[in-house]
Amino acid sequence: MSPSVPLQEMIRAIRSARTQCEERGVIQRECAAIRAQFRQVDNGARSHNLAKLLYVHMLGYPAHFGQMECVRMIASPRYSEKRVGYLGAMMLLDEKQDASLLITNSIKNDLSHSNQYVQSLALCTLACMGSAEMCRDLAPEIDRLLRASNSYIKKKAALCAVHIVRKVQDLGELFAPAARSLLSEKNHGVLHGAVVLITELCERNPETLERFRKTVPDLVQIMKGLVISGYSPEHDVAGISDPFLQVRILRLLRILGRNNEAASDAMNDLLAQVATNTDSTKTVGNAVLYETVLTVLDIKSESGLRVLAVNILGRFLLNNDRNIRYIAMTSLQRIVGTDHNAVQRHRGTIVDCLKDQDASVKRRALELSLALVSASNIRSMMKELLLFLSSCPPELRAQAASGIFYAAERYAPSQRWHIDTILHVLTTAGGDVRDETVPNLIQLITNASELHCYTVHKLYRALLNDISQQSLVQVACWCIGEYGDLLLRGECQETEPAQVTEDDVLDALETVLQSHMSSPATRGFALTATMKLSTRILDNVDRIRSIVSIYGSCIDVELQQRAVEYNALFRKYDHMRAAVLERMPVIEKNSPGHTNGESAGEPMKEIQPPKVKQGEPLLPQQPANQVCDLLGLLGGSEEPLQPSPAPGLSLNTASTAGGDLLDLLGGLEPTPPAPAPTVTVYEKDGVTLTLSCEKQSDSVLTVTLTASNSTDSDMSSFTLQAAVPKSVQLHMKAPSGDFLPARGAAKVTQMVVLNNPNKVNLKMRIRVSYTSQGSAFQDTVQIDSFPGLSAAGH
Amino acid sequence: MCLIVAPSDLLVCLCCQMRFLLLFSRQGKLRLQKWFTPMSDREKKKIIRDMTTMVLARQPRSCNFLHWKDLKIIYKRYASLYFCLAIESQENELLALEVIHRYVELLDKYFGNVCELDIIFNFEKAYFILDEFLMGGEIQETSKQVVNRCIESSDMLQETMEEYMSKPAF
Repeated sequence: MSPSVPLQEMIRAIRSARTQCEERGVIQRECAAIRAQFRQVDNGARSHNLAKLLYVHMLGYPAHFGQMECVRMIASPRYSEKRVGYLGAMMLLDEKQDASLLITNSIKNDLSHSNQYVQSLALCTLACMGSAEMCRDLAPEIDRLLRASNSYIKKKAALCAVHIVRKVQDLGELFAPAARSLLSEKNHGVLHGAVVLITELCERNPETLERFRKTVPDLVQIMKGLVISGYSPEHDVAGISDPFLQVRILRLLRILGRNNEAASDAMNDLLAQVATNTDSTKTVGNAVLYETVLTVLDIKSESGLRVLAVNILGRFLLNNDRNIRYIAMTSLQRIVGTDHNAVQRHRGTIVDCLKDQDASVKRRALELSLALVSASNIRSMMKELLLFLSSCPPELRAQAASGIFYAAERYAPSQRWHIDTILHVLTTAGGDVRDETVPNLIQLITNASELHCYTVHKLYRALLNDISQQSLVQVACWCIGEYGDLLLRGECQETEPAQVTEDDVLDALETVLQSHMSSPATRGFALTATMKLSTRILDNVDRIRSIVSIYGSCIDVELQQRAVEYNALFRKYDHMRAAVLERMPVIEKNSPGHTNGESAGEPMKEIQPPKVKQGEPLLPQQPANQVCDLLGLLGGSEEPLQPSPAPGLSLNTASTAGGDLLDLLGGLEPTPPAPAPTVTVYEKDGVTLTLSCEKQSDSVLTVTLTASNSTDSDMSSFTLQAAVPKSVQLHMKAPSGDFLPARGAAKVTQMVVLNNPNKVNLKMRIRVSYTSQGSAFQDTVQIDSFPGLSAAGH
Repeated sequence: MCLIVAPSDLLVCLCCQMRFLLLFSRQGKLRLQKWFTPMSDREKKKIIRDMTTMVLARQPRSCNFLHWKDLKIIYKRYASLYFCLAIESQENELLALEVIHRYVELLDKYFGNVCELDIIFNFEKAYFILDEFLMGGEIQETSKQVVNRCIESSDMLQETMEEYMSKPAF
C-alpha cells in the first residue's frame, strides 16, 4: 500500500523541529490546515487529513475537533476513508463521548456489508469501544454472524460477543448455543474465539458453567489433536502447534474442572500427556507447561499428577532464564500451604535464589523461604536468611527482619540460639525492626536465666562496638542494669568472660547517655540502668549518685523526672533502694506467637511448658502478669514512685505478687482451684483424664486436667498437649510431673489458662502421650463442652 | 473496571485479558498506544508516564515482569523500541511475551526488517496490523500467514477502490 505522502511530510516537519516551542508551532499550523480541510465538502485527501490529526493526537496534543470527521468518514462509501475513520473512532471516541452514539447506525450497516473487510472494521470497532447501549442494539446481528458467515467473520464475531457479554451480562444466554456449536469448527482462529467466548460465559454464570462441563471431552480431543499432530506450518511456533490455542483450552479446562471430580478425571490423562511431551527448551513450550501446571494445581487432580506439576516447577527453578525462575516461585508460593512437602523438596534451589541479582526474584525467594522454615531445617535456613539480611536491598530488610523473628520464635531449637539470632538481626538491621522487638527480647532474656551471664557479656561487647542501633542499645542497657554484677564477676561458662571494672561499665552507660545518636527512650534506659547498678556494684556508688543528680536538671522532661525520683531514692528512701532495684522476676508473655492457635489444616502445635528450674530465685509460674515495667515494681511496698500499671490481660488472680516474690519455694503444684464440677473427658487403656474449670473473668477460664493410671505398670514421660481455636489464647502451666505410677497411686495435674476475648465457641483438643512398658502411646481427644460454663455463654 | 463478585469458587476478576499495549522509544516518546478498556484521557496520560518511568528504569538483565497496581506488566525491548503489555494478574506471563513477539514478527514481515522509523512514519498501518491480530483485549488470529494475507488483501482493496473512484492518490 502506497504511503500517505502528506502524512509523512508532516511527520518529517514535526520531527525536524529542534525545540518544543518550534514543534508546537508546526503542529498549530498543521491543525489549522486540517480544520480548514474538514470544513470543505469533499476532497480526495480526507483520509490523509484525519491520519495527520491522529498522529498529532498521539504526540499528546488535543484532537477532539476531529471526532465529527471520524463519524463522517465512517459513513463514507470509500474503503480507505472508512478504514481511517474507524481507526479515528477507536482512538478519539470512547463510550463516554456523545459522538460515539452517532456511529451506531454506520456500524449496523457495515456489519451487513457485502465486503468482509468492511464488516471486519465494524466488528473491530464495536469490540473496542462499543457502549452497553450499542451492544444491546447490535447483539442479534452479532449472533447471526456467529452462525452463518465465513471463518474470517466468525472469529471476529466471537470476540465481539465476548465484549458484549462483558458490557451486558444478560446477553450471555443469547450466545451460548452458538458458542457451543463453534467448537466443532476446524479453523483455529474460530476455535480460539469460541474458547474465549465459552470461558467468558462460564466465568460469569455458574449455570452456564454446569452446562458447558459436557464439552470437556470435546476440548480434550481438540487438545490431543494439537499435541500429537505433526508439524503444521500455519500454526507452528518453535515446534509447538498453536501454543496460543493450547493455553486458552487449558485455561477453560481449569475453570471447568475446578471443584468437580468427574470433569477433573476426564482431563487427567491429557494433562499428564501435555506435561510430559511438551518441549521445554524454548519460552513458548514453557508457557504451555506453565499453564498446564496451573491447571493441574487448581483442579481435583490425582496426587501423581500433582507431584508431576510441582516437579515441573522445580525444573523451572533451575532454568537459566530469569523469567522462568520468577514465575516458578510465584506458583510455588501459591501452593506452599497446600502442598508443603512437595515444595520443601526444592528448598535448596529456592534458597539459592536469595542470591540472585534481580530484585523481583530476590523478593519472591524471601517470601518462599520464610514459608518453608520448619523445625527440622531452622538452623540451616536461619544461616541463609541472616546472610541474606546482611546484603539484601533496603526495601526488603523490614520484611526479612520480621520474618526471621517470627520463624525464630516458632522454631528456636534453644534459648541461646534464639537470643543469638535476635542479637544478630539487631546488629545487622536494627533500624528496620518493629518497636515491640525490644520488650519481646527482654522478656526472652529474663526467661533464659542460665544464660544471663552469657547474654550480658555479648550485649556489653556489642554496645562497646556500636551505639547507633537504638533497639540493640536499649536492650544492652537494660541487661547491664539488671545483670551488671554478673558482668563484673569476671567468670562465665558460655563465653569468654570480660575483665571489666565498674568504671568501664559506668563509662559505657554514660557514653550512651551523652551521645547525640541516642534517642530519648534510649537515654531513659541508660539512666535507669545506671541507677540499678547502684545496688549491684560496691565502689562507685558516689559516681552514680552524681550522674543521677546532674540529670535532675536535664531539659528532657522524662529524664529529669526519673533523675529527680532516683535522687529521692538515694536521699530520703535509701533503706528501700535495695528492694526497689532488685532483680526483676520472669516476665510472662501473652502474645499469639507463644500461645497456641489452631491453624486450619494443621493438627496440633507443640507447647513445651516452661521448665521448672531449681535454685531459681523466682518461680516461672507467676500468676502476676505485668508488661515490661522497668523498675519491676510489684505492688505491695509503698513507693512514692509510680505504681506499676498492670495492663493487658487480666490473668491476675487474687494472690499478691509481692507476697510471691518472697515465697521462694511456693509449691511446685499450682494452688488447686475452688471445687468445681469435674468431668471425665478421656478414659482408655487405663488412662483417665478429668477436667474441671473455673471462670476467672469475663473472658478468662482456668482449666485443670487431672490424669491417673489404673493399669498395673507405671507410665513415664506423660505429657499433655492442647490446641484451641484460632482466636483463643492458651497458656499451659507447668504440669505437676510426668510420671504416673501404676494403680492410681498418684495423679498428674496440669493447669491451662484460656483467654477467649472474641467469645467464640470454646473447644479444645488434647493429645495424650506417654511411655509404658517400653513402648510409646499417643491419643487425641476433643472436648466440646466445658463444665462450669453456662450453656449460652463462655 | 468491572469487578463482579461471583460465588466463592469462582473468584475471578472479570475484565479482558489484556488491558493496554504501549510502544515507546528509549527517550520515552510514545509510538503506539492501544487501550482495551475505556479510560479517561487523564488516566491514559498518567499510565503512560508511569509505564515509561518504570520500564526505562529497569536494569538491562532483569526479569521482564513487573507488578503495577493489580496488573502484571510484561515488557520487552526490541532494538530502540520498548513494547509494554499490561495483563490481568491471573494471566500467563510467558504467553504474553509470546504475544509481544508475534506482533513484532507481523510488523517485521509487513515492513521487511522493521525499525522504529517504519512505525513512526506508518503508524496507522501498525494499528491496522494490530487490529488483525488482537481484538477486545484477546488474540484474534493465531496464524501468522492468515494475518499477513488479510492485511495484504485490505491494502489491495484500498488501492483498487481508490483507482476505481479515480481520485488522485496523494
